[in-house]
Amino acid sequence: MSASAPVFAALGDATRLRLVVALCAGGALSIAQLTAGTSITRQAVTKHLQVLADAGLVQDLRQGRERLWEFTPARLDEARQALDTISAQWSAALTRLQRFVES
Amino acid sequence: MDSSTDRIEQHILLRAPLERVWHALTDARAFGEWFGMALDGPFVAGQPITGTIQPTQVDAEVAKLQAPHAGTPFTLYIERIEPMRVFAWRWHPYAIEPGMDYEKEPTTLVTFELEAVAEGIMLRLVESGFDQLPAARRDAALRANAGGWTMQMGNIEKYVAAH
Repeated sequence: MSASAPVFAALGDATRLRLVVALCAGGALSIAQLTAGTSITRQAVTKHLQVLADAGLVQDLRQGRERLWEFTPARLDEARQALDTISAQWSAALTRLQRFVES
Repeated sequence: MDSSTDRIEQHILLRAPLERVWHALTDARAFGEWFGMALDGPFVAGQPITGTIQPTQVDAEVAKLQAPHAGTPFTLYIERIEPMRVFAWRWHPYAIEPGMDYEKEPTTLVTFELEAVAEGIMLRLVESGFDQLPAARRDAALRANAGGWTMQMGNIEKYVAAH
């Protein structure tokens, strides 16, 4: 669990959680779209998005002159998948070691 | 940096004497037998050691899966040998693409730690540093293991169920 701390830390804030929910539901959104109907400033949202980006949860992309933000489960999933594969190999190697020393 | 994607941690209980486990880990020949490597010399802390992939002698089914990679060269950079306690090295994980030069790439750190417990020896394995690897290397790790690995896990499951 402690290894997932950066992700949980990034999500452990009401504003950031709301941003992630909005991006999950709405695809790529601009800062203007993300701040519409709220009292939060563009600067504050940008800062929160940067925290989420640092944790690998969102990324920005340029569309013409506009900067859009999107949720990125894929990056995290890919990294995890690679680790799962390597982890499974270690698991098999340790099972062989077990057989080797217990026989 | 210790993120959810940077490290692997595993442990296994070995019902064997400490000396036997230590020998299996740190004697290069014994290590090679279960891991599936042929090493060119003993493990010496602070020194690199070269070797090639050689099918394991512990499991015929796994050996068959390792066979296609037989002869692939690799290097282990031995970091720590603390008798009966810690054995650690660095390497380039999944450096199996023929002709590819991995020297400039970051390594991962593999650490084995032994602890005597009531039932035997608890072995803890940590491999860390994956966040530093180029994204393409993670993909290579996945490609290298698609298919064959599932089969290998099935074999282990069968073995464990039968014994």
